[in-house]
Amino acid sequence: MQPTELSAIELVAAIRRGDLTARACTEAFLDRIASLDGSINAFLAADRGAAVAQAEKIDARRSAGDPLGPLAGLPVAVKDALCTVDMPTTCGSRMLAGYQPPYDAHTVARLRAADAVIIGKTNMDEFAMGGSNENSAYGPVRNPWDLERAPGGSSGGSAACVAADLAPVAIGSDTGGSIRQPAGLCGVTGFKPTYGRISRRGLVAFASSLDQIGPLARSAADCALVMESIAGHDPGDSTSLAAEVPAYTKLLDEPLTGLRIGRVAAHYGAGLDPEVAAGVEAAFAAFEAAGATIHEVELPHAEYGIPTYYLIAPCEASSNLARYDGVHYGHRAEPERGHRAEPERGHRAEPERGHRAEPGEPAAAYVGEFDSPLVEMYCRSRAEGFGPEVKRRIMLGTYALSAGYYDAFYAKALRVRRLIQQDFLKAFETVDLIAGPVSPTPAFKLGEKTGDPLAMYLVDMYTVGTNLAGIGGISFPCGFTAGGLPIGFQLQGPALAEPLLLRAAHQYQQQTDWHLRRPALAT
Amino acid sequence: MSLSRQDVAKVGMLARLALTEADLDRMTGELSKIVEFVSQLSTLDTADVEPLAHPLDTRNVFRDDEPGTSLSTEQALASAPRHDGSCFLVPAVLGESGSA
Repeated sequence: MQPTELSAIELVAAIRRGDLTARACTEAFLDRIASLDGSINAFLAADRGAAVAQAEKIDARRSAGDPLGPLAGLPVAVKDALCTVDMPTTCGSRMLAGYQPPYDAHTVARLRAADAVIIGKTNMDEFAMGGSNENSAYGPVRNPWDLERAPGGSSGGSAACVAADLAPVAIGSDTGGSIRQPAGLCGVTGFKPTYGRISRRGLVAFASSLDQIGPLARSAADCALVMESIAGHDPGDSTSLAAEVPAYTKLLDEPLTGLRIGRVAAHYGAGLDPEVAAGVEAAFAAFEAAGATIHEVELPHAEYGIPTYYLIAPCEASSNLARYDGVHYGHRAEPERGHRAEPERGHRAEPERGHRAEPGEPAAAYVGEFDSPLVEMYCRSRAEGFGPEVKRRIMLGTYALSAGYYDAFYAKALRVRRLIQQDFLKAFETVDLIAGPVSPTPAFKLGEKTGDPLAMYLVDMYTVGTNLAGIGGISFPCGFTAGGLPIGFQLQGPALAEPLLLRAAHQYQQQTDWHLRRPALAT
Repeated sequence: MSLSRQDVAKVGMLARLALTEADLDRMTGELSKIVEFVSQLSTLDTADVEPLAHPLDTRNVFRDDEPGTSLSTEQALASAPRHDGSCFLVPAVLGESGSA
């Protein structure tokens, strides 16, 4: 069997036993990326030399009998929203084209400490805002199951690279569904842990009360393996949870006898594709066959999830993205009107990176007057560096936070967020998990929703509640449409129910093989 | 609920986003539609509901007051579009004639 066909658990075991070298493993994935990613566009950066050198070090340490980390030799792809000191971090934006962070994200540092091999940075919707990856400044990712279709977003590159066996594991981030939705549309397993379970330090901030890092892999067991290394408290993130990290991989085997799973009738309303509904119902039946019982539960405010999310997330984003000011890092519009160029004093050359306008091209005709050259530089840098969806959300958030609208929009959304959280708390008094579809439809065509921002927002209708409530969720394939597209199933659990979510998904995957199906890709 | 072009232009300045006439045209329509959509929250009675700004009820989180390491000046300036080795350089902060 090729290394690219093995699970993360199998790869780590094979490398540990000496049946496979870390170098051969890393090269197998890098070769597959080189041959296939031209048509998928899942990767924004891959540093073959550094990855192979890292793998060789692990092999040398193994030969010398030195202790190895729990992920020794495992290739991992990382969403380009997480800072890496040795690879650029663009967050899918021209604003950060070529940006080289001065430190590793906590998750990246944990992966390296576990002796994983970071093989590349994955493509994503700009600043993680989007549900199709079409908002990337570096071109959309294509769904490996149908290259004319979107992989979902915003962690579309992370989902697509796992689906295409370009990486056994990828790291994503989920603010309103950005791990689970692309995992569902690409037929892989995506895990969004409880808010705070994994440190956000070094994750480019989008909406800080909702953002959560998590793994995407072929199986729940592989997600559990990676979780053991990346979860846990970080003194550098005051919102990271201090709770002890369980040995997730040791807690997967207990049968599901007596597990109470909630089913929400309102999930099956208008807009749910019939093939998706049928796949989800079949998964409920499989869980029942495995010993679980199904109970109807209500989430009365679920229908307000999208409007609540599309106030809170843009408000937080408008504040978080204020840091892109053309001063500290990122794109700066040059030259400023009416302002002489500052002398270069022996420092590195002015970066060309990020410029949307070519040198010599006339400046865009902007409306209005700027108070000062500084303000003009801010406004033009941001106009040139951000793409349309990011601008839309910054504008929406700024509007909703502005004088006269704050109470009607932002404060109102925070109150409804409380109601949504209370719905989940109440439901979890009678059931252990809540299940349903991940997305209302299977993967849609590239370009199908780009003309209507609101239609794109609705792809997150089943996933945003998890983030608003701060709880965990996992999505995994539960079937395929007649047209061969994956159908996703989602489980949501109470805060810190990671072991149960992973176990329930793992037990399902022990009975079924949907998660093992591979798209046919021409090499 | 709809926004006027003037509203959008004002928000653009608050957000420090330069907008073209075409941006204004497009965003006035798009934002109006989105604001109308999110306004459905006003139909809910939330008079007795406490706002939930954050899913965790942690309050102040303090670390021990011990010196740690931070970025060097060189590291902090490494990605700055303009700097002089110790400071970030910016255009004039005061009006049009304030260029120094």
